[in-house]
Formats: sequence, C-alpha cells, structure tokens
Amino acid sequence: MRAHDFTIARTVGEALSRSGDGSAYLAGGTTLVDLMKLDVMTPQRVVDINRLPMRGVHRDRRGLHIGALERMSDIAGYPLVKAGYPVIAEALLASASGQLRNMASIGGNLLQRSRCGYFRDTATPCNKREPGTGCSALNGENRMHAILGTSNSCVSTHPSDLAVALVALDAAVQLRDRSGVRTVRLADFYRLPGTTPHLEHDLRPGELVTGVMVPRLDWARRSTYLKIRDRTSYEFALTSAAVAVNLSGRTIRDVRLAVGGVGTRPWRLPAVEDALRNRPLRQDVVEAAAARAVADARPLAHNRFKVSLVQRTIVRAVMSLKG
Amino acid sequence: MSATEDAPGPAAGQGRVDSVSRRGFLARTAAASAGLAVSAPVAQSAVAAPPATAAPAIESPGENLIDIALRVNGRTERLRIDPRVTLLDALRDRLHLTGTKKGCDRGQCGACTVHVDGRRVLSCLTLAGSVQGRSVTTIEGLASAGGGGGGGRLHPMQQAFIDQDAFQCGFCTSGQIMSAVAVVAEGNARSDAEIREAMCGNICRCGAYENIVAAIKAARHGKAAG
Repeated sequence: MRAHDFTIARTVGEALSRSGDGSAYLAGGTTLVDLMKLDVMTPQRVVDINRLPMRGVHRDRRGLHIGALERMSDIAGYPLVKAGYPVIAEALLASASGQLRNMASIGGNLLQRSRCGYFRDTATPCNKREPGTGCSALNGENRMHAILGTSNSCVSTHPSDLAVALVALDAAVQLRDRSGVRTVRLADFYRLPGTTPHLEHDLRPGELVTGVMVPRLDWARRSTYLKIRDRTSYEFALTSAAVAVNLSGRTIRDVRLAVGGVGTRPWRLPAVEDALRNRPLRQDVVEAAAARAVADARPLAHNRFKVSLVQRTIVRAVMSLKG
Repeated sequence: MSATEDAPGPAAGQGRVDSVSRRGFLARTAAASAGLAVSAPVAQSAVAAPPATAAPAIESPGENLIDIALRVNGRTERLRIDPRVTLLDALRDRLHLTGTKKGCDRGQCGACTVHVDGRRVLSCLTLAGSVQGRSVTTIEGLASAGGGGGGGRLHPMQQAFIDQDAFQCGFCTSGQIMSAVAVVAEGNARSDAEIREAMCGNICRCGAYENIVAAIKAARHGKAAG
C-alpha cells in the first residue's frame, strides 16, 4: 500500500473540502482497502466518511430512500425492503459473505470496481487501470467477462448484484459536491467502456453518493433476484437476473427485468420486457422473450456459454414468480 | 492429544510478549540477525494531481502518522500508526494479539474475522484508523465477552469446536469461531443449510466443515456441549 494521508470527516462539508484529485472516500473499505493493497488504487489522501449523516431508510409517496452509508446486511434485513422490494434483499444476500455485508456500504457497493484478474494485477496491461496499455482479457482468460456492452478496449463485467436489482427498478442515485446536489438515474450513471474504460460512471471528482432512491412500485412485492454461479455461494455471478412482475391472474401486466454477470454495466432488457407485457406467464412465452436478450451479444473465447445461460436464467427467474 | 492443551482459547493475559513463548524467541532472534528493514520508496502517482485543498505532499513513509485509541477486548489501547496499518496488523503486530490470523490479507478467506461493535468483520480490510473509538473483540477476548465467565472457562462456541473436533490445523479456527458466534447472534443458524450459507465467508483448507456445522449446532442455544 502506498503512503497516504488519512483523515476522518465529521461533516459533509469537511468531506467535500478534503476531496478532489488524488483523494478517495473510505466507507466500508471492502473495495478501496483491497485495491490499495494491490496498488490498483493509489490515493494520496483517504477521507473516512463513516461518520457522515447519510444513513436511514424511509418510504414516502415517491418511493424508498436509502442512505448511502447503510450497510448491505442491514438493508437486506429491513422489513420495508424485504416486503416491498424482495429483489433488493435477495440481491444483497446473494452477494459476498456475512462479514463483507456487515462492512460494505450501499454507496460503495454501487461504486465497486471490476473483478477482472488483469485489472487487479498491475503486472498486466489493462486499459481500465492504465489507459492505452491494452485489454489482456480480450484474447486472454475471459470466462467471467461480459457478452453485452463490450468494446475492444474492455470486456469486464460490472460485479454488483445490488446494481442489477436497482437498475431493474429504475432507481436513482443522489449525489452531492461543492456545487450542489443532483439525482441521476442509475442506468444512466454507469458508462459503457467504449474507448474510455477507465471512466466507469458519471461521478465528478470529489462528488459523494449520498443516497439511493427507488421509485414507488407497489407490484415490486412480486420480485426476485436469481444468481447463477459455479459455487452455491460466495462467488460473483456467471449470470444473474433481477425481475419484478405485475401479475393479474396468469397475465403479465407489467414487468421490470435486468441481468448481471453478462454486461459491462447492469443490463436492463426493454426488448424482453416488451415481449412479456400482456402475455401469459408461461414457459414458452418467456423463453421466446428471453431470446431477445442476446441479440447483440458478443461472446468471447471462454464465455460463449453465457449466451444460453443468461436466457435460461431469465426464464427460471420469471417463472419462479408465477402466482 | 489433550483437548485443553490444544484449545484455541484465550491467550495468556492480553498476549503480551512472553519470554518463554516460541513467538518471543523467534522475534528476538530475527531482530538480532536481520538488518534494518528498508521501506519501499513512495511513488507519487503520475496521473493524480495533488488535492486542491493544499494537503502537504507526502515526502516519505511515516510522515503522516496518526494517533488512535480503540477498545480491544475491554481495554483501551492507544497507538501511533502509519495510516496503512490494518486492524489485523495492529492486533497482531502492535498489540501481540496473535489469535486472529492473516490467511489471505485480501478479504477472501475469513481467517481474520473479528467483532467490531458486536458485528463480524474482516480485520484485514479494515484500516485501524477507521475503528478508532470503537470496540473490538478478538478470539482472545471471546471467553470473557460472551459467556465463558472468565476464569479460564471457554465460550460455549469454543468448547463446542473442541468437543466436535471442528478443526485440524487450527489456522482458520479463530475466524470460524468469531464468525460462528456472530451467526448465532444474527439468528442465522436455524438449519444446516442456513449455517453453511451464513458461514460461507470462512474457508477451511483442511475441510473441517462438517464438524464446524456440528459445533455450531451444538453451541447455538448458548450451552456448552458436555
């Protein structure tokens, strides 16, 4: 780990005044401390933000508001979340381990970095870590990498399960910097790699994620997160699906669907949603709709299996919500 | 093999250097023969500009030490440390509480599991500076913290790990026990499947999993197994 300056911010103002290029905010530390040990992230100043008043969960007419410093384990167990948006609770519980969920913040989870082995290894070329050096995964070990949203600069999957659930639900992040506050739809917040994979999201230097807002959706009570991986637990997704269904009898009146493990960012599937609306919740219907998910898929040498696996993941997840 | 001699129980006292311990002997031998450790030079990142709010540039390691106070196993400990010191390293190297193990130092194995304010966390991914003012419990403090009652009696979970033969080499065991105690407190030990899922962050290379689950089941109602 590189030498750095460590400071604890007691107010949002203090945090913002100590931020900028070369600084990093520290919440749970499960991404930052890990990557600092690997020399992948090398801030000169670490600002501990754990004492900032960015906690709390409450619901109002607009929807569910979650403070960015809430821990994953606490949100997963929150009655409002479990009952109203089970897809969020399930996504959180499918993530990481008990210890990590106790440490990791909601804001940090959304900002977590790629798990690509080449990104995490400073000895190997990586455009995300060092722009212009090349993508080692493109023609290297790419079994865990993406089939959607890739470019020749980067094929790394976005690793957050929570982000997939939130994108499916049209959630937004609340941001704050010295110039003020703004709200950005999470699906728009994450960037495609394009030719600039080192730019992963919309955050300005020094900007804080203060909270998440999930729009009110009464039928999100019928939702689920399905994570498919090599092991039963404690592993990142090969493929995953977050889905909420508004079911009327056997008819899908409305649906929200996003997939993970396959995209360079959480991948909302409006084409699949369109093919499901006002159709019966039936295996053949869902299978036909799921095929639309991979129309633009670009599999790599070692992840071709994801093309069919993600379709089956969608089918299983949607079918599991049958009344 | 006597169960009590090999128990992963509390270290003598708070783990202060014991003149007859193996660790103390090796430490003194190494210090006498090794040269001065040389710190790696600090490389200023070529990409990042200095922060806009004139923070002093970091010239060399050790210039930005921080003073912290934290409660460990009921005692207040004051340390002056480099900000890079993790809670794990502070516990082991500065406080000589070596019951907590460094398995991977990457947050992936769980051997470093401790409790901070009663919740299980990974000490290798926790900067010591972040837990100042908070309360830390390590395996050494478990017996007095959770029902062993002090006086050499083990926590029921520790006793259950012995009774159920839930460890072989013992390296993951401290972390397993700290995690297991928390799992029971969290209410996530109601079935075998739930226990396995809740304990997924603690890896055992010896493969003692069956007996670890048995130990947790034996101890989950707070009573030590016979």
